[in-house]
Amino acid sequence: MSALKEPRVTVTHARAAPDRPWWRLSVSAREAIDCYVFMAPAILGLLLFWLGPMLASVLLSFTSYDMLGSPQWTGLENYRQLMGDELFWKSLRVSGIYSLVSVPLVLAVSLLLAVLLNQKIRGMYFFRSIYYLPTVMSGVAVAMLWRWMFNSEYGVINAFLSKIGIQGPQWLQTEQWALPALIVTSLWTIGGSILIWLAGLQGIPEELYESAEIDGAGRWRRFRHITIPMISHVTFFNLVLGIIGALQVFAEAFVLTGGGPNNSTLLLSLYLYRNAFQYLKMGYASAIAWVMFLIVLLLTLLVFRSAPFWVHYEQERRQTR
Amino acid sequence: MSESPRVISAPTFWSTRRGQNLRANALTVIILTLGAVVIMVPFYWMLSTALKQPSDIYLLPPQWIPAPPRPSNFTEALTLVPFHRYAWNTAVVVALVLMGTLLSCSFSAYGFARLRAPGRDLIFLALLATLMLPATVTLVPTYIAFNKLGWINSFRPLIVPAFFGSPFFIFLLRQFYMTLPSELEESARIDGASSYRIWWSLILPLSKPVLATVAVFTFVATYNDFFGPLIYLTDDSKWTIAVALSYFQGSPRVGPQMHLLMAVTAVATLPSLLVFLLAQRYFVRGIVMSGIKG
Repeated sequence: MSALKEPRVTVTHARAAPDRPWWRLSVSAREAIDCYVFMAPAILGLLLFWLGPMLASVLLSFTSYDMLGSPQWTGLENYRQLMGDELFWKSLRVSGIYSLVSVPLVLAVSLLLAVLLNQKIRGMYFFRSIYYLPTVMSGVAVAMLWRWMFNSEYGVINAFLSKIGIQGPQWLQTEQWALPALIVTSLWTIGGSILIWLAGLQGIPEELYESAEIDGAGRWRRFRHITIPMISHVTFFNLVLGIIGALQVFAEAFVLTGGGPNNSTLLLSLYLYRNAFQYLKMGYASAIAWVMFLIVLLLTLLVFRSAPFWVHYEQERRQTR
Repeated sequence: MSESPRVISAPTFWSTRRGQNLRANALTVIILTLGAVVIMVPFYWMLSTALKQPSDIYLLPPQWIPAPPRPSNFTEALTLVPFHRYAWNTAVVVALVLMGTLLSCSFSAYGFARLRAPGRDLIFLALLATLMLPATVTLVPTYIAFNKLGWINSFRPLIVPAFFGSPFFIFLLRQFYMTLPSELEESARIDGASSYRIWWSLILPLSKPVLATVAVFTFVATYNDFFGPLIYLTDDSKWTIAVALSYFQGSPRVGPQMHLLMAVTAVATLPSLLVFLLAQRYFVRGIVMSGIKG
């Protein structure tokens, strides 16, 4: 960085020489002012749409506020209420099961597909496009489509199941099968995570595979001992993104099941939406948001703390060489 | 596997390296084809339903090929609801969000990448930290603030934030700007160009491919955004396509008629699909570029 910057400063200095004296003294000050002006949109955005609302959200979570009167300070009342709120615990469980199944499933399937899509075979470009295609569809359209596919009588899924001799369940109408249906839907749109895996796979030097092959390592061993460690930083990235994403899934659940039947698909995000925009309990909704945030933070920290045990970075590799 | 003369005796298809590779490739193609079929079936099912005669929808077993196809489903569905209204609303929001995102992100990214000021890296770190935050935390206060401003039921809550940069795109553009050679910029400075001029007439033209990537991602995200329009647009004349779509299934005119519902859904997914198919190389190019820096 500094090697790149130094010559420019002197050049600016040379240019500034004929200008008024104070220009000359403040070459770096001028650069700093310019820099702040350039950063201004980002700084304002950070204050107006992140830090400000976050602070307000903490405060709101200690109040009772229905958008009509003014917020009433109630201290920890919202959190105390949450602890005894059965629906909250239920939504916590629903979100937990959804993330616990969907995140690893999506990671595993998308890695497998990415490895296959990374082979040097003609026409691979075509396959990559197809696998990415569902990802550019809106959550609403995806949900509308799958709602029709999951239709227990005339839907294409149960028609297929009956072809192979299985009586398909009433997917979206039963407590038992609604959540699995949501998870299946999430599997259809794994293009984003495939793309990230692919980028990681393409960063692995070809020589590693070649020398392993000469040493007689088979396909599985090459995958296990080269691919897996070499893309562990991508795994890390995908895992963190996956957790954050899974806890925020909204459109699909909202359209596909609306949280039902009997709240069996009431994800945390849906429960938050209900409290904020249907019951107008803004303080209570903020408390839910903070619990959600703490969970994400805790999980992310856990992943971060565990990273040294399974994530290998390029630099470490160079040092140990 | 070796090329030594001894093996010449029995280099069957199964033992040679070429044979093994061919078999592995064939297996790959088979698995990928199966997967592709699974991916495509919902699309096909959507189109097939959208083209069916209303009486053929509830048939057992389901009819796969509409006979005869009924393209008038599309015109019928699009006239039953004021679709042009939703399309126009969406176009306005998407166009303004695109403009705001491209300008603000590249502007800020240039500062982060090329100019120095105390605290710059700290601000950049704070920006990156927001990528880890679930957006739900800021949701309620932001809504309340927009409500206080009287912006509910207007496009402003959807558009204005775009002019204040998006952390991920700023990051992407910054990575790209840091790879640009500094010689061009230096000679422009010698000629007396200010930083703003350099950004506008030197950096912006140079960053077309990355900007295209940002534009493609922004288009898809904004076009598909559901939650924002759902909470901010209360009047149905203001709805965007995504929100309107979600209401169709409950609407008495479209909802129960699956052929119309699927026709609308198919039309609604068209813009994103088209953008993706036409701009694929920008997806790929952008990823390669952001990867250079590592």
